Amino acid sequence: MPAESGEKGPGPARRFIIAWTRGVSVFFVPVLAVFTALLIGAVVIWTSGHDVLAAYRGLIEGSLGSPRAIAETLVLLTPYTLAGLAVALGFRCGLFNIGAEGQFYIGALFSVIVGFGLHGLPAYVHLPLAMLAGAFGGALWGAIPGLLKAKIGAHEVINTIMMNYIGVRIVEYLVKNQLLDPTSSLDRTRYILPTAELPRLIPGFRLHAGFILALIAVFVVFWLLWKTTTGFEIRSVGANPTAAKAAGMSITKNFVLAMTFSGLLAGLAGTGEVLGLNHNLPAAFVSGYGFDSIAIALIAKSHPFGVMPAAFLWGALRNGAGLMQVRAGISVDLINIIQALVIMFVAADEIIRWLYRLKPKEEITEVVFTRGWGH
Amino acid sequence: MVRTGRRGLTRTTVLGAILVLFGISLSVVALAWIDPAASAALGVATLGRVNLSVRTSLAIIGFLCCLGGAPAFPPKLHRFARFTLVPAALLAVLAMLIAAASGRSLDLVGVMKASLRMSTPIALGVLAGIWCERSAVINIAIEGMMLSSAAFGFGFFLWSGNIWLGVLAAILTGGVMALLHAVLSITFKTDQIISGTAINILAVGASGFLRRAYLVKAYFVGETLPIVRIPFLSKIPVIGTLFFEHQPIVYCMIILLIATHIILFYTRWGLRTRAVGEHPLAADTVGINVIRTRYINVIIGGLIAGLAGAWFSLETVGSFEDLMTRGKGFIALAAMIFGNWNPFGGFLGSLLFASADAIQIKLEIIGVTIPPQFFDMTPYIVTMIVLAGLIGRTTPPAADGKPYEKQ
Repeated sequence: MPAESGEKGPGPARRFIIAWTRGVSVFFVPVLAVFTALLIGAVVIWTSGHDVLAAYRGLIEGSLGSPRAIAETLVLLTPYTLAGLAVALGFRCGLFNIGAEGQFYIGALFSVIVGFGLHGLPAYVHLPLAMLAGAFGGALWGAIPGLLKAKIGAHEVINTIMMNYIGVRIVEYLVKNQLLDPTSSLDRTRYILPTAELPRLIPGFRLHAGFILALIAVFVVFWLLWKTTTGFEIRSVGANPTAAKAAGMSITKNFVLAMTFSGLLAGLAGTGEVLGLNHNLPAAFVSGYGFDSIAIALIAKSHPFGVMPAAFLWGALRNGAGLMQVRAGISVDLINIIQALVIMFVAADEIIRWLYRLKPKEEITEVVFTRGWGH
Repeated sequence: MVRTGRRGLTRTTVLGAILVLFGISLSVVALAWIDPAASAALGVATLGRVNLSVRTSLAIIGFLCCLGGAPAFPPKLHRFARFTLVPAALLAVLAMLIAAASGRSLDLVGVMKASLRMSTPIALGVLAGIWCERSAVINIAIEGMMLSSAAFGFGFFLWSGNIWLGVLAAILTGGVMALLHAVLSITFKTDQIISGTAINILAVGASGFLRRAYLVKAYFVGETLPIVRIPFLSKIPVIGTLFFEHQPIVYCMIILLIATHIILFYTRWGLRTRAVGEHPLAADTVGINVIRTRYINVIIGGLIAGLAGAWFSLETVGSFEDLMTRGKGFIALAAMIFGNWNPFGGFLGSLLFASADAIQIKLEIIGVTIPPQFFDMTPYIVTMIVLAGLIGRTTPPAADGKPYEKQ
């Protein structure tokens, strides 16, 4: 509330405390949201008759308890970061990209085809080519709903969800038929050539160079959104499309750009998995990164620098879930429940603020996520 | 709604062009490539069977499709295009059926009956969506409501031994999930699409958790709701089997369809609901409790979605599988938009999307092998195409998606 003229506003010390509380509370809310979700998760474990302490001890040990565990957490962090960036970028433009899953698959598909299809190329040509192919695949899968939204106004939520189902089916069909490796008992494609592999970072661990890619992507997205005109336009369209349009920005162009970049990032996530981790594309390519990345983007408040810590948290949760299952006999679905609760608490942060008696939000620039059916 | 004199590339023109091209290629392919001896038998339940020469019938249909698509081009005939495009499209579908059934026999009534049966969950989803959205609460959590209801309904059936109690439990589960959505969207004013997504994820987790913790231990029961034959009406030759020989939830769907239409457009409650959805401020001024109306409508929508969930696990499959709803909740949303937020229009949309599934199943039964993934994709592709063609021609409730601040 602006101070009335003639009255002195709060002194500098007070202002500092207010600003710090406000800043901290922005950071606090996601942390508290996760904490509350874990608490409720504990209640669920307890009511279903399992050992809560063993479960959570298993969770922590499984995710952070040894160098191998940490490496595995980082392995999971890589696709989560890229997919989280994808969704966050979409949010910044006011678009809800639930299609990260489909874009992930198609990116993986394109990269694996280039990975085993092109022979005789040196590694420094083959690998970038494969990554580009994956990025292109994802970008394509994101551009289609983006175009539909831009040109016709069809809402991206349904279209991206449909594209997910379609993308998964296309990949499944191709892997089981045209791309099938006849020598394997599992339904998967042939292995990619060694020249297209993303190298392992530490011998003996599964952590691969995709991690570096994810790190770079964080900075690239930050640079794109805050240091370029395009990024400024994207953010403006996201914050207030009417004003942006009045200022002469093309809403359609920015929608398409945002969805394409978003798809590109998600496609890179799939590429990283194929080129760095599996070195092939199995038909039962379980991902589920689509929904996880939504939660990550929300926790990160759609800011690139927040995505990596959020992705680390998520990777830790997923990685630790395996040991938690072994130790306490809980199914991994609990993580899905916790995940959903986190999304709820972060998105409806008024609940958290009320629960923990934090100061109410005051005019903090809020990222507007979506706008109805887009009419 | 038809704009006479509109120049350039309109949707009608595009559709007309597609039909004309399809018609021409169909006739050419039929006359040039198809074996003159190939015949398909199309049956109409107990009335009998018609043996069609594939070549001739496809050629004729191709020609008719051209005729149907042609009025889209000269602007003066645009008015007629509206009437010819739809029958022509239906003929195109018939052509595909004939082609697929070549050398075999296909029961058309069977296909239609299966379409009606499979449209039930989608139509129920549409109704659930309409109840929520007509009072301006976007509900993309229909999928999650269906999934959790399917799981918990089945679980309660196992626990209680009574399948009807299972159905009741499913309905109530839907209501509870809807209550959650309502609290998040209405009271906490969360972005409705995000709260819907959170509920979908929660449903996946909760239903999977339930299955692995409790349901897997149970024997595979395989019991489903019985088929109810209505005494006299089911004896009528074709219509009898088509409409009066179904499982209970299908009948519920039809009843709810009519009830929703009547309530929404002919009762005071419906009027209030629609007022709240179009202009909540005005409704509030007149004394309608906007918040309470929205809560009740969302919960009713959830109850209906719960019934849809029961269709999956208790009426159709006889057990609960992970993610068994397979996107039907989202397809229901598309059908709702297709129907312009009206019950009967939405029902038509659900029939459209369901028939793709039904056709695939019937074709598989008679031995036609098409890669399953292709047919699996069809409902989703059709959804996208239909949606793309309809946006701009549909009007959602004006306040859809905006939380209401009590003034």
